[in-house]
Amino acid sequence: MDPTSAQAIDSGSTAWMLASAAFVLLMVPGLALFYAGMVRRKNIIATMLYSYGAMALIGVQWMLFGYALAFGRSVNGVIGWDPALLGLHGIEPGKLFGDKAIPELVFVMFQGKFAIITPALISGAVAERMRFSTFLMFCFLWATFIYCPLAHWVWAPGGWLFERGVLDFAGGTVVHISSGFSALVLALLVGRRLDYQPGSGGAVLPHNLPMTLLGAGLLWFGWFGFNAGSAVAVESPVAGATAGLAFATTQTAAAAGGLVWMLIEWWHHGKPTSLGMASGVVAGLVAVTPAAGHVTPLSALLIGGVTALACYLAVQLKARFGYDDALDAFGVHGVGGLVGALATGLFCFAPVAGALVGGGWGQFGKQALGAGAGIAFAMTGTLLIGLALKATMGLRVTAEQEREGLDLSLHGERGYHSELI
Amino acid sequence: MKLIIAIIRLERLDPVQHELQSILNEGDNYRLTIRPVEGHGRQHGEVEYVRGQPVRARMVQRVEITVGLNDRYVEPAIEAIVRGARSGTAGEVGDGKIFVVPLEQCVRIRTGERGEAAI
Repeated sequence: MDPTSAQAIDSGSTAWMLASAAFVLLMVPGLALFYAGMVRRKNIIATMLYSYGAMALIGVQWMLFGYALAFGRSVNGVIGWDPALLGLHGIEPGKLFGDKAIPELVFVMFQGKFAIITPALISGAVAERMRFSTFLMFCFLWATFIYCPLAHWVWAPGGWLFERGVLDFAGGTVVHISSGFSALVLALLVGRRLDYQPGSGGAVLPHNLPMTLLGAGLLWFGWFGFNAGSAVAVESPVAGATAGLAFATTQTAAAAGGLVWMLIEWWHHGKPTSLGMASGVVAGLVAVTPAAGHVTPLSALLIGGVTALACYLAVQLKARFGYDDALDAFGVHGVGGLVGALATGLFCFAPVAGALVGGGWGQFGKQALGAGAGIAFAMTGTLLIGLALKATMGLRVTAEQEREGLDLSLHGERGYHSELI
Repeated sequence: MKLIIAIIRLERLDPVQHELQSILNEGDNYRLTIRPVEGHGRQHGEVEYVRGQPVRARMVQRVEITVGLNDRYVEPAIEAIVRGARSGTAGEVGDGKIFVVPLEQCVRIRTGERGEAAI
């Protein structure tokens, strides 16, 4: 280890980044529980394994070459590459990341958790009928050909959207727009669940809402690492004031989102539902992700509340259009991510002023460019990967397997046995 | 001997137990087995909301009571269950059903007693 660089390490930032990386990893089991509670008993294992599968597979992909593609030296702003980063073999433990006062390995791990959760989010759209083997292959291809380039465009010095000044604090475009819009494409390719009947609202009821609420709670908790941890990427050399700001805006938007969704549903159907509140919390968190370190807590309040309304409306549209985004990955992450990315251009005050806080419309235009590029790239890429997998491996389980349940037919396990023994 | 199988609303279990106890408990305890069941008669499941979309459950949830009885207790037990399980004075659709079937044999495992003494 090089003692001079080790001395430049900021212990506070490093400690917080280590903790944040662990927080973000905890979001993946949180997401697995969030999704698992919404499916039927016969599919709980399969639904959770989509997320855990991403944890294992992308955990390997990221250290072998994913990090090199996303954060290696920029090749014309479109992709990263650096042979020394393959397998992380060229990163000395004492090597700092860029102009930040944290070890690069800590940054690698922190970013790796984002690469894991993003494809896991997509699984919500195809739950209860997509083949596990195909989903794993999809995850691998999607992380390599969609996520890594997109992360490079937006976050890596030299990335073409980064250089144009697009703001995406913790991944409104890289994580939520990309996964949400990809989820829509994949849900259309995979088709509806046999038991889902649009119009009548479908006939699929969640089997364990307390599990979903626990998952939402873990997501909320982990999101503090997701957003406040991302401060180190924009604040050099240490993560301090911006981390505090991102923490405050994250909390505010989550609470506002949960409150607004609950009130809308209360007004619309006469009863406040737990799933509604949990969905609103996640919608608020999604929306504040690109904005977290760029807006005031009051702006975050507005962003969280408005996004909950937008996502509620988007979810209602699902029944009208008839596609089966089973657990609303598009309705919450796609729509919430888009609203958040655009709202960042309206409300940001640092490092530039947005349209509604005395600045011009320039930043809003950049945000629209970033979101538009993310949507176009993610949807096109997912369509190509999805069509290729459909033609080779097949996307869906057989109708018989779907009726029996994916747990037993694909994994040889049941989530629940007798209640007595 | 008869076996009474009654399907009742969950919230009527306490009143039904109370009524049965008043006619069947003769110093020692009376015997009862319950289990949760799902199904439907004229009624279907309740409407639930999933992210703002109404979904009607296919099945309603009820509780099933099983009691083995000597013949002279059958009529009083039926009346007791009806008293306890009926909603209001007139009753409502969904209050449930009582089935009475002949009981071939009854064995108390501990003693090996059979028939009416074992009930």
